[in-house]
Amino acid sequence: MKRRLERAGGQQLGDSSIIKTSVRLLVPFVQLFGLYVIVHGHYSPGGGFQGGVALGASFILLALAYDLKTSIRHFSEGANALLANTGALIYTGVAALCAVMGGLFLDYSALDKLIPLGPIEWRSFGIFLVEVGVGLAVMSIMVSLFWDISSGGEMDEGL
Amino acid sequence: MIWQLDLLILLLVVACALAVITVKDLLSATIIFGVYSFLMCLLWAEMGAVDVAFTEATVGAGISTVLFIAAILRTNRRSKD
Repeated sequence: MKRRLERAGGQQLGDSSIIKTSVRLLVPFVQLFGLYVIVHGHYSPGGGFQGGVALGASFILLALAYDLKTSIRHFSEGANALLANTGALIYTGVAALCAVMGGLFLDYSALDKLIPLGPIEWRSFGIFLVEVGVGLAVMSIMVSLFWDISSGGEMDEGL
Repeated sequence: MIWQLDLLILLLVVACALAVITVKDLLSATIIFGVYSFLMCLLWAEMGAVDVAFTEATVGAGISTVLFIAAILRTNRRSKD
C-alpha cells in the first residue's frame, strides 16, 4: 500500500495510463471518422468543416492525454502552417480556376473544359475538392488554436 | 417532430443557460456550457437539421469546451481587484 502511494506521488497530476492507452487506441478511429465525414460530405450530413474539426480534435485529444510536446511531435508546427495554407489555397484555387475557365466563381461545371467528365460530374467532384481544402484548413487552425491558447503562444508547456 | 420532446429539451436548455451564468466556478460553468451545447445538438437533430447538429456537436460540445478549459488554465483562482 505504501509503495503504491509512493508510486502515485511520483506521477504527475492527471497522468493516468488508462487514459493514455484508451486515447492511443481511440485516435486512429477518430481520424478515420473525420476522413469519412470529409469524403462523404457532398451527399450526406457533414462536410469539410465538421470532418476537419474531428481530425483536429484527434490531435487535441492526444495533447490532452499526453502533453503538448507529444502532440507537436506527431504534427509539427511547420506541417501545421503548411497544411492550413494549402487548404485555403485549394479552396480559392479551385474557385478561381472556375472563373479563369470561363464560368463564375465556384461554378464547377466550367472545369469541364479542362478535363471532360461532363458538367454534372464536375459539380459533384468540384464540391469534393473544395471540401478537402476546407477540411485541411480547419484541422490545422483548430490544432494551432488549441496549442496557442493552452501554452500562451510559447509552445513549450501547456495542458 | 415530437412537441413533448422539443419542450423537454428546450426546458433543459433554458435551465442549463441559467446555470451557466449563475454558477461561480469557471470550470463548472464550462462543463455546463458543454451540456448546453449537447442539448442544442439534440434539439437540432430532433428538428431535422442534422448538418447543424453535427456542427454543434463537434464545435460546440467538443472543441469550444476544450478551448475554454485551456483558457481557464491561464487564469488565477482569485481576481486581483
